[in-house]
Amino acid sequence: MTSTMHRKVHVPDGDGTRPAISLRGAGLSFGTRSLWEGLDLDIMPGEFFAVLGPNGSGKTSFLKVLLGLQRLTSGTATVDGRPIARGSRTLGYIPQQKSFPAETPLRARDLVGLGVDGHRWGLRLRTRSHAVRVDRLLHDVGAESYADAPVGLLSGGEQQRLRAAQALASDPSVLLCDEPLLSLDLHHQQAVSSLINRQCREKNSAVVFVTHEINPVIDYVDRVLYLADGEFRVGTPAEVMTSDVLSDLYRSPVEVLHSNGRIIVVGLPDATTHHHESA
Amino acid sequence: MELQDVLGAIFTFDNYAQLLPLVRNSLIAGAVLGLLGGLIGTFVMMRDLAFAVHGIAELSFAGAAFALLVGANVVAGSLVGSVLAALVLGLMGIRARDRNSIIGVVMPFGLGLGILFLALYEGRAANKFGLLTGQIVSVDAVQLNLLVGCAVVVMIALAVIWRPLTFASADADLAEARGVPVRGLSIVFMVLLGISVALSIQVVGALLVLALLITPAAAALKVTASPALVVLLSVGFACTSVVGGILLALGGRIPISPYVTTISFAIYLVCRLIGSRRTRRRSRRDSAGRGGLGQTGHGHVRRGRDVSAPA
Repeated sequence: MTSTMHRKVHVPDGDGTRPAISLRGAGLSFGTRSLWEGLDLDIMPGEFFAVLGPNGSGKTSFLKVLLGLQRLTSGTATVDGRPIARGSRTLGYIPQQKSFPAETPLRARDLVGLGVDGHRWGLRLRTRSHAVRVDRLLHDVGAESYADAPVGLLSGGEQQRLRAAQALASDPSVLLCDEPLLSLDLHHQQAVSSLINRQCREKNSAVVFVTHEINPVIDYVDRVLYLADGEFRVGTPAEVMTSDVLSDLYRSPVEVLHSNGRIIVVGLPDATTHHHESA
Repeated sequence: MELQDVLGAIFTFDNYAQLLPLVRNSLIAGAVLGLLGGLIGTFVMMRDLAFAVHGIAELSFAGAAFALLVGANVVAGSLVGSVLAALVLGLMGIRARDRNSIIGVVMPFGLGLGILFLALYEGRAANKFGLLTGQIVSVDAVQLNLLVGCAVVVMIALAVIWRPLTFASADADLAEARGVPVRGLSIVFMVLLGISVALSIQVVGALLVLALLITPAAAALKVTASPALVVLLSVGFACTSVVGGILLALGGRIPISPYVTTISFAIYLVCRLIGSRRTRRRSRRDSAGRGGLGQTGHGHVRRGRDVSAPA
């Protein structure tokens, strides 16, 4: 069962396209502890790919590998057909929520502006077209009302919407999201996740969405990578989010219930219940 | 000493018109240093480097004292000391906590070396004291050229790295993900900071460099978050402090630094007052649409005026 599931199950955008992300025999371990190994995976342009798993299962490390901030212990990984380099302009990244110091000398629009051209050298010269672009991004995430407010005085939810705008600013071909919905209320969870989904469907970006909670994005997810206890499963939510598969993965009985299109996982081992990791 | 005498020592404006031309070079140097301090101070605050500035200043002092002892150029000695210190900090301490402990270890050593060199030096006592507490009349044309030249180089370099440095200072993880050379920028910035510290020491002295590189930017950050305005205010405050300090110090027989630091501090107090009104207004702002987690309302909760209870 697991061997077929490791293969590509679902390719949303037709064959013949080059995968946006490709991993071959990828493994990552810290000291003697192996997070995962033998991971073969192709994520296609326009695919919404969720990474699930308990604390310390290596979800964030998986993203760090794709970001080029963490080296694989074994195997290879490519993004856009190229070996991963540290930092890339084709990559969008929404980091885990982290507050800005109260006296950061940036307003909301300046923060989003850094997402547009913060990597460029020299001073900004074409300010008019820049302002138009920033206004549109602020509008997209519903942040116009606090466009001129200092970022250090915004709530976590408000800051997180700016991070989404910042990440979308470069129109990335690969969008990496690390728990982007954390600290957002339900309404803004929907707003931000549908925004990310739109980037995925309309702009054909590959989205890698690390989350401890699949339900807010269950309607968008094409496939999931479920990491636990040094093991993993890859497949559609319907294939992976079952009592059999998760019990097998956790090596203890786990029950998966479906209710109103939501998935409820019952009986996760104690140490691995729903608290997102902080690192 | 009578109060009259004390005041007379602090504020004297006799023969002011005759004295003024004598400090022309110092005034130009002060204005240039104010400009530089205001610009670099903004990044010092963003990158949480206030303590590093202090540490660099002490090593710069050691370098200058050594130059004095062996009869070399004091500005050059000061530059060598502070750039070396800045490089060590830039290369070793990435995280603030590591950095602070390194500074804490290195700073007293630098200060001790400086005192050793000064003790061995047998020249004019005013030269010794000046390195620590600042001086004004000593800026000659050669020094002024060196100082302005260095300042211009630092400012051009700052302009080139301005945007990526802002990005890296505001959010290093994200900047790195976008391909900004965060580590390289950090080292380049430390070198620029080292040069700025060495230059500032020539006027305000090693002990009071913070008044030029920290206080103006800290004051500006209290009243605005607009990046352009922060820079403008910070530069304005720094220039006012230095030039104003020199003008006040001119007639008296007291070193320049108390004047500079007092003006600088007064500006900071005023900005703090204005700033506390600003944030109070802000925290009364409509809180609709705010996320609920405790740590997320950071700015609001910190000031203890927020009424929307963190869940």
